[in-house]
Amino acid sequence: MRTPRTSALLAAVALVSALALTACGGGDIENEDAAGGEECGTIDMAINPWVGYEASAHVVGYVAETKLGCTVNYKDLDEQVSWQGFGEGEVDVIIENWGHPELQKKYFESKGGDGSAMSAGPNGNEGIIGWYLPPWMAEEYPDITDWKNLNKYSELFQTPESGDKGTLYDGDPGFVTNDEALVKNLDLDYEVVFAGSENALIEGFRKAEENKTPYLGYFYEPQWFLSEVPLVKVELPEYTEGCDADPEEVACDYPLYTLDKIVATDFAESGSPGYELVENFKWTNEDQNEVAKMIASVGMDPEEAAQQWVEDNPDKVEAWLP
Amino acid sequence: MSSIATVRPKTHDTGALATLRARWRLVSLLAVVAMWVLVWAFTRGEQTLAIQASDRTDIHGWFLARTTAIENADNVVTSLLAALSSGMDATLLFLQHLFTVPEYPRPYPQIGWLGALAIASLAAYAVAGWRQVLVVAPSFLLFGLLGYYEDAMDLLIVTGVAVAVALLIGIPLGIWMGHSKIVAAVVTPVLDVMQTMPSFVYLLPFSILFGIGPAVAALVTLVYAMPPSVRVTAYAVRGVSTTTLEATDSLGQNRWQRLRHVELPMAKRTIIVGVNQTTMAALAMATIAAYVDGPGLGQPVLEGLRRGQLGKSFVAGLAIVIMAIMLDRTTTAASTRSDRVARGDRDTGRVRTVALVAGTVVTLAAVYLSNSYTWANQFPEGVNIGDPISTKVDDLADWLRSDLSAITTGVQETFTLYFLNPVQDLVANSPWFVAGLAILAIAWIVGGVRALGAAAVCLAGIYWLDLWNNAMITLTAVLVATVVVMILGLAVGVWMGRSQVVDRSVRPVLDAAQTMPPFVYLIPVLVLFDANRFTAMVAGIIYAAPVAIKLIADGVSGVSATTVEAAESAGSSRLQMITKVQLPMARGSILLAANQGLLYVLSMVVIGGMVGAGALGFDIVYGFRQANFAGKGLAAGITIVLIGIMLDRITTYGARRAQSPGRATVRRKRLSLSRAET
Amino acid sequence: MTEVDTLPPNTADPGTTAALSVDGLWKVFGPRADKVIGTPDAELPRPELLKKTGCVAAVKEVSFDVAPGEVFVVMGLSGSGKSTLVRCLTRLIEPTAGTVTIDGHDITNASDAQLRDLRRHHVSMVFQHFGLLPHRQVIDNVAYGLEIRGVSKAERRKKAGEIVDLVGLTGNEQSYPDQLSGGMQQRVGLARALAGDPSLLLFDEPFSALDPLIRRDMQNEVIRLQEDLQKTMVFITHDLQEALKLGDRILIMRDGAIVQVGTPADVVANPADDYVRDFVSDVPRSHVLTLRYVMREPRPDDSSEGPIMSPDTIVRQAARAALASDHVVRVVDNGELVGIVDDDAILRIVVAEESVSP
Repeated sequence: MRTPRTSALLAAVALVSALALTACGGGDIENEDAAGGEECGTIDMAINPWVGYEASAHVVGYVAETKLGCTVNYKDLDEQVSWQGFGEGEVDVIIENWGHPELQKKYFESKGGDGSAMSAGPNGNEGIIGWYLPPWMAEEYPDITDWKNLNKYSELFQTPESGDKGTLYDGDPGFVTNDEALVKNLDLDYEVVFAGSENALIEGFRKAEENKTPYLGYFYEPQWFLSEVPLVKVELPEYTEGCDADPEEVACDYPLYTLDKIVATDFAESGSPGYELVENFKWTNEDQNEVAKMIASVGMDPEEAAQQWVEDNPDKVEAWLP
Repeated sequence: MSSIATVRPKTHDTGALATLRARWRLVSLLAVVAMWVLVWAFTRGEQTLAIQASDRTDIHGWFLARTTAIENADNVVTSLLAALSSGMDATLLFLQHLFTVPEYPRPYPQIGWLGALAIASLAAYAVAGWRQVLVVAPSFLLFGLLGYYEDAMDLLIVTGVAVAVALLIGIPLGIWMGHSKIVAAVVTPVLDVMQTMPSFVYLLPFSILFGIGPAVAALVTLVYAMPPSVRVTAYAVRGVSTTTLEATDSLGQNRWQRLRHVELPMAKRTIIVGVNQTTMAALAMATIAAYVDGPGLGQPVLEGLRRGQLGKSFVAGLAIVIMAIMLDRTTTAASTRSDRVARGDRDTGRVRTVALVAGTVVTLAAVYLSNSYTWANQFPEGVNIGDPISTKVDDLADWLRSDLSAITTGVQETFTLYFLNPVQDLVANSPWFVAGLAILAIAWIVGGVRALGAAAVCLAGIYWLDLWNNAMITLTAVLVATVVVMILGLAVGVWMGRSQVVDRSVRPVLDAAQTMPPFVYLIPVLVLFDANRFTAMVAGIIYAAPVAIKLIADGVSGVSATTVEAAESAGSSRLQMITKVQLPMARGSILLAANQGLLYVLSMVVIGGMVGAGALGFDIVYGFRQANFAGKGLAAGITIVLIGIMLDRITTYGARRAQSPGRATVRRKRLSLSRAET
Repeated sequence: MTEVDTLPPNTADPGTTAALSVDGLWKVFGPRADKVIGTPDAELPRPELLKKTGCVAAVKEVSFDVAPGEVFVVMGLSGSGKSTLVRCLTRLIEPTAGTVTIDGHDITNASDAQLRDLRRHHVSMVFQHFGLLPHRQVIDNVAYGLEIRGVSKAERRKKAGEIVDLVGLTGNEQSYPDQLSGGMQQRVGLARALAGDPSLLLFDEPFSALDPLIRRDMQNEVIRLQEDLQKTMVFITHDLQEALKLGDRILIMRDGAIVQVGTPADVVANPADDYVRDFVSDVPRSHVLTLRYVMREPRPDDSSEGPIMSPDTIVRQAARAALASDHVVRVVDNGELVGIVDDDAILRIVVAEESVSP
């Protein structure tokens, strides 16, 4: 009986002494310079699962850390889960938001929600969602880019996963999508199969173009991959205001999204210079693609990519600073 | 677990009658399947109750309304839960500030890698002996070398806090359960259901209740990890020698003295086995909790999976495996050490005290250094073996998928087209009542009336939850994968059961494989194959194979030597020996293996939902990621539990029927202690 | 307190208070067990009772008294209810009906606290399978009873040390039970029971798990301790030899009920029924019977020159002297001639025995 007691005592002593020691000085670790970062503190930045988002987030994060002395925590989260995090103090910023009126209703005070989140304005990017084909198919079957002709070619897209229907690949289950409803409402002989991630889609398109195999998939812009393989968009019935109001009855194309930044209300009201940076942040699809490509294609660390872009574009960055 | 219902007379022969009975069962099974195929041929595709991923029904809406109500509710329960959550948050944050997260204005956490390494080594020495220091210290170094020191520490913190609380609740509950038959009768079925539930299923309800973040991760982990500690503690307490209890009672001890001086010391070793199992379960859950923003190594794994950077997932997975081995070895060693200490081994003498004091001094120095100097706080970035490994794996994956794509896709498509799809066609494309009746008939034949009853209740629930078709697709995947598991299990299990040499060389590999969190199994499979049903099934097969192999090997080697000798002297060939003596006599173990195979595969197929396994797993993932589908996700979670219970009941009752009296071990006991025996 | 006069003659002094008194004790296992007692069902043979009520009567209406310092043996085959009986004495098993009185205390109505006090101070038990604490050294096993009484560590270790010496375990104080042989382990069990200095010791088949040679040693040990310590003992066994060797009196049980109670000689000489007769048929009678059982009424023509012996002299011990003398043995009790034993009587016992045992 004596030994466990002794060791428990020793452990307790160790812990207490460790805590006591941490209070002592000495060594080369010094508290951070209070000058820049004092008021900034930490920013919890959600990272949604596509590279373009990552590019924006890391550029803002890099600027916040280097120019404002903030501490930035990056958190890998799904779009909707990120929204959930605003109220709990887990998330401060979503840097690239694709619409989500239902979430706005839940979290924006202006829309009758609990007021934990608010918009910090557009980030300058224009979002397009649609169905895309590898370029060789558009050349081979010129009329395939019209949705009306998709059934004609559905056999081309058969896979073991879709049986006797054609496969329409969707991305991450967390992405904004109406595809199943579209397939149903447009009477298409296709089955939606989730590829699982942006990367899976890119791999799919890349292989399809290389091997000249058929591939039809959900995709979006801004997107760096389009500069590597210029995918061709399928024309769906034109979007009109409100045609997507009922998600079960949608039979039209996706709208053009003005991507915006969503922030936690607490963060916005904290007076942090980090918030001002987020509010001021604005760049183009080309800017994002440039950084995204460095990350995804060149294989750079997101941080390095952000650093390089910031160094190459000092004037743009200057404009965001508080 | 109730006791074995019927005990057959003690005959070890497989006489004509028994053979006939076994045959009769086989014949009726085949007849049911034949009938099913026949009816299916005419009714294929009708009334399959199929719904699309984006379809929702009233019952899903009802669930969604409940979740919204719960989220918005403001009453005693919710404020209690909130208090619980914030208490947990504060604890975790304190530890994170100590080890992983810098607290402004300090640029680094209070205690760096050197201090953590020293503390962990000292702890390992104190609870498990000096040998474990040789496991723990290199493990910590490897976390750093792989480039995941912080994530590893975060995972350890979440796991550690969850295990601590789980044990604080679980051990007393287990003691109570060991003492009271009523409590046992109430708690056991709850534990049964909890242990049938795949880890992934826990996440959605917990994120609805508590949101996201480290606190939820720790809470869901502790709930998931508690059952083994409760069960094993109860088992240990019940297992204390009745003579000793009687003898010490006769000396006039009161209850507390009995517990403290007799029951706890005598049950200690077994209870630590429960601690081991709880720890391993916690690690598995804490990894998956990355989905609810739980900190730790699950994050880079998930990140890699989401972005298709398999190398990254692989390296993080490697760190998880190292941690699993470290925790498993340490807790197992703690158990054997407690035994040695109890038996008065000389490990407890002065040398140890001196070593502990010296170790404490060194640890304090290390903590001080890591608090004060950058080199001892931040793991040096220069030495990194994670990145090269990551690149190699990515290259390998590229090579496999491009240059070897003919083979990998060939395997995948052949399997899917000629095996998986036909079975799925039968199960999922039959009218629901046809499939339902067929399943009930099979349940009856395999497990008897009680299995029939359980299956009927579960199927009714599945029907009611409006996910029939998806349930059938998932069921197909589980069944098909389990068939492969059983083929593997029989092949390797018989081989092991017949040869001690093989057993001794294969078993450690299986033991190691069993300690790994299921999440990790996905990674190597994804390197080989694209994300789809097939991939998830392969992961399930790899995950479930070790336990099935071990059970079958134990069954075969457990056949009495006398019987084998007798059969040999009667001139049996090797094949005859296997098929006519060893396998029939091990059929209880084989059904047990099937039971575990099914449950393991089920939990993996669900995790596979996020790598394209579709059906119920996907519904959960979808419910998780799209707020409007939370109701459907919950329904899918319950459906999975129902499938699990159904499969568990059918095979358990079947195993009980088949079990020969000599090996009539109650299933859970055997499983929960299987690791202790090794 | 029941009078001891219900017992057969030639037993403990009826005037003293019994150390243990058992009256009308029942133990019935099963649903609504208490309802069985007093009905005609209670008289049914076991299988029929089980079939009819689902109950098993392990102990049926058992009454007996044990005098202070007496060694009282309860003997029976397995399933006869003897182990249940001994457990009912300190309510390790709750009796269904009847009373148990120890040193004048009514046990059956004692509160939990009173019961604990009784177990701590008055009664100890030794078990067939020892029931030692595997995680404690011998010394701490022996001291456990003192520990739970709240005796300080130094004191209980000192006391335990003395007892360890008493039972012949000197030098093994620091050993763990699994490092000892079975016989040694039972010595620990014995020491543990003695450590509390109880007035009543209960033994539940303590030596049946031991090798024959060790068993004999242990029996002798008990006899030696009994001579030294003069404890009252209730000793359960299925071994008749052991019962005859140790017991002042023997109670024979069958199917939960008493078949016979008496001294060893009494049981051997006058078996109550065929069951007992069958039981004792193998016993070397000359080792058990006393002269009382072989003597005849004195006749006027009996020689008065032969040796004088007490009626409690065992035949075997008397044989040599009796046969060597030309005269008959005169059996004298309290100065009064009570009987005569001639050579024929002795030879009948000794020769009969040789023809029985090969």
